[in-house]
Amino acid sequence: MDIQTQQTGKATVVAISGKIDAMTAPTLESSISALIKEGCVCMVLDFGGVDYISSAGLRVILASAKSLKSKAGTLLLANVSGPVKEVFDISGFGSVFTIYDSVDAAVAAG
Amino acid sequence: MDTVRSILNLPATLDNLPHALAFAENGAEAAGVMPKKMIGLALAMEEAFVNICTHAYKGGSGQVELACVTGSDPFPRSFVLEITDSGPEFDLLSIPEPDTSLGIEEREIGGLGVHFIRHFTDHADWRRENGKNILRLILNLDAGGSQAKAT
Repeated sequence: MDIQTQQTGKATVVAISGKIDAMTAPTLESSISALIKEGCVCMVLDFGGVDYISSAGLRVILASAKSLKSKAGTLLLANVSGPVKEVFDISGFGSVFTIYDSVDAAVAAG
Repeated sequence: MDTVRSILNLPATLDNLPHALAFAENGAEAAGVMPKKMIGLALAMEEAFVNICTHAYKGGSGQVELACVTGSDPFPRSFVLEITDSGPEFDLLSIPEPDTSLGIEEREIGGLGVHFIRHFTDHADWRRENGKNILRLILNLDAGGSQAKAT
């Protein structure tokens, strides 16, 4: 798994690629926690490069969303497709989060 | 039909997850599991494997045995992945289904793993035998078949 972060306007875009599984999820969690600690309140997670996510990854997304919400911030998701979308759908995440077709659309909504 | 069984024993630690996944995927591929079912197998297997690593051997270490089986009764036209641990008696499949309709605030992730196991396999079952937990994840080899569920 690779993580790249970029500031776009007031949003911090976190582009993830590879597999988010029980092995890699802790790395994603610490990266996101660090960004929130640094003051990020509007975060866009770009799933365009993610081909696999297990419940360990969903846990990190949910915890991040709760953490941001407690700071009056927001978590936006972009480019969720293929197997990742199926996992989101069966977990009910598709209705918990608004998913945007592109990073630009998510940034504009944030 | 002849029964083919290949077995891998490895320590129940998270860093063995990629090794375990590769073994299961190779076995499934050799058995003829359709490519579109592979991700589901990986997800179901990860949940079961991680559960053993996290809970089966509290305060100690232990082994996981993986067995890829084809051509066995009562699922001769299925790929069966058996996941065995020697921890205390525990049926992962006894965990109730999560409420996937709740919002962010109310949402807990517990139970999602077993939800994945049920969703991504054609059949899953558990038994306790000789002091071991044996979880079977079963994928049908016939396209769209529901043979495992029917038996």
